[in-house]
Amino acid sequence: MTARSGDDVVVLGVGMHPWGKWGRNFVEYGVAAARDALRDAGLPWSAVQFVSGADTMRNGYPGYVSGATFAQALGWNGADVASSYAACASGVTAIEAARTRILAGLCDVALVVGADTTPKGFLAPNAGDRPTDPDWLRFRLIGATNPTYFALAARRRMDLYGATSTDFAKVKVKNAANGLANPYARYQKAYTVDEVLGSPMVADPLHLFEICATSDGGAALVLCSAAFAARHAGAAGAAVRIAAVSTVTPTYPNTIIDLPDIATDSTAVVAAPERPFKASIAFAAYEEAGIGPADLSVAEVYDLSTALELDWYEDIGLCARGEAERLLNDGATQIGGRIPVNTSGGLACFGEAVPAQAIAQVCEVTWQLRGQAAGRQVDGATAGITANQGLFGHGSSVLLRR
Amino acid sequence: MTSRTRVPALGAEGWFTTDPEPTLLGRRCTTCGTYVFPTADFGCPSPVCDGTDLVEVPLSRRGTVWSYTDARYQPPPPYVVPTAEHRPFCIAAVHLEAEGLVVMGAVVADVGVDQLSIGTEVELVVDVLFSDDETDHLIWKWKPVTAAGEAS
Repeated sequence: MTARSGDDVVVLGVGMHPWGKWGRNFVEYGVAAARDALRDAGLPWSAVQFVSGADTMRNGYPGYVSGATFAQALGWNGADVASSYAACASGVTAIEAARTRILAGLCDVALVVGADTTPKGFLAPNAGDRPTDPDWLRFRLIGATNPTYFALAARRRMDLYGATSTDFAKVKVKNAANGLANPYARYQKAYTVDEVLGSPMVADPLHLFEICATSDGGAALVLCSAAFAARHAGAAGAAVRIAAVSTVTPTYPNTIIDLPDIATDSTAVVAAPERPFKASIAFAAYEEAGIGPADLSVAEVYDLSTALELDWYEDIGLCARGEAERLLNDGATQIGGRIPVNTSGGLACFGEAVPAQAIAQVCEVTWQLRGQAAGRQVDGATAGITANQGLFGHGSSVLLRR
Repeated sequence: MTSRTRVPALGAEGWFTTDPEPTLLGRRCTTCGTYVFPTADFGCPSPVCDGTDLVEVPLSRRGTVWSYTDARYQPPPPYVVPTAEHRPFCIAAVHLEAEGLVVMGAVVADVGVDQLSIGTEVELVVDVLFSDDETDHLIWKWKPVTAAGEAS
């Protein structure tokens, strides 16, 4: 694929509902975020030609048809609609549905919305016996929760690269400090390394404060064509563009065990690919945009656990394999460092509102590129990436630039 | 004492043997030779192989730990707690050299994370996942092999 900056889609508006454990109807959060994004874009709802919803699986039928649910809540306006589900990557799948529609010339203005209301505790599969569902099987046969998989990855960092629990805790400390300045974050509290390591062990070596919670929240984007943005808002309003989106799947054989599987593919006949799945996600975005990790000013990565943030440093190319702890300890990924990561506070401060989270990552990078991330601004930010992975093999990355 | 019925856990039927030296049962593609565990309901998983004929094969009984953790908190349903109260247990992902597979499983009771490391040799055993009134529901687990080469 070649770079196609002339066709870039513009992020005209962003909006979020604060994350929390509000326990209210998820539609309320999505509508609030959508209205904020429309206000930010300076557009009325009636200008939206395509509504792209990111689905939630925990809120009944309205969650499965989220695009229409949000459209009806905002008042039927006749727009085309789609609803996407890709687990934690649902938000980016919804963004890509909107972007490709704009690039194809089928619409000028699209609204992307994701929102969730979550139960307490571990995310668990849907009720009922489903012995052909890998997500049911891993809980039933092994007792493998989401933190089980996060911990397997963390332990590999320790045994292979010499990472320590203190290194992991420092990720939480960094992100917690960033989140203090984010009014949309659920947790706005500073942590020390000792506090993190003093919290209960959940899945060795990961402690409670190193594993992201499940949250309620909503996020929305107004996307439009470059031509529409130029007419509507001029150069200033069109500042932030989507340079690439990646929604790649793994390449066989997928050799890193990941949610919800209980076994990997085999390397007996076909050798492992050059890039493991997680590394292939951002790589595809760099390929499309024609820029690389050295061009980034900021990154939002999916810190489902502290240690997974360190994996992402390597997977998005900020450093070589095994060097993430050094990057962290050198201060490169804190605000003021070479490449600040999770300036929003990350999942450490938000918890995960599944269909909204990948959209929220784009909101944060957009604010950074506009210079609007008050209290956590990266000076002169010109390009940023989001990275995320949805279970069952969903890559998710958005590359933005100004 | 009434005799108890011993059956593979729901969902894992045909995934392992219950011989004195039990094995996992995988599938091997008769076209390209790759391995699959647990099942290959839709043909060979290799994108460059058109094979649809996969035969059942026993997998290596021993492997090395690829990574490991434990479950300090009680997992949510459909996990069934086998004892009156949850007792933390280890979970290992185990690399099977010959098949090029990594397979997760619980580790037998009373093995802690401090007894495991990446590269630890483990052996497959069949154990009770949970029991109800008349039935023991069986599952495979991993058990560390001692220096003497015995499953400890």
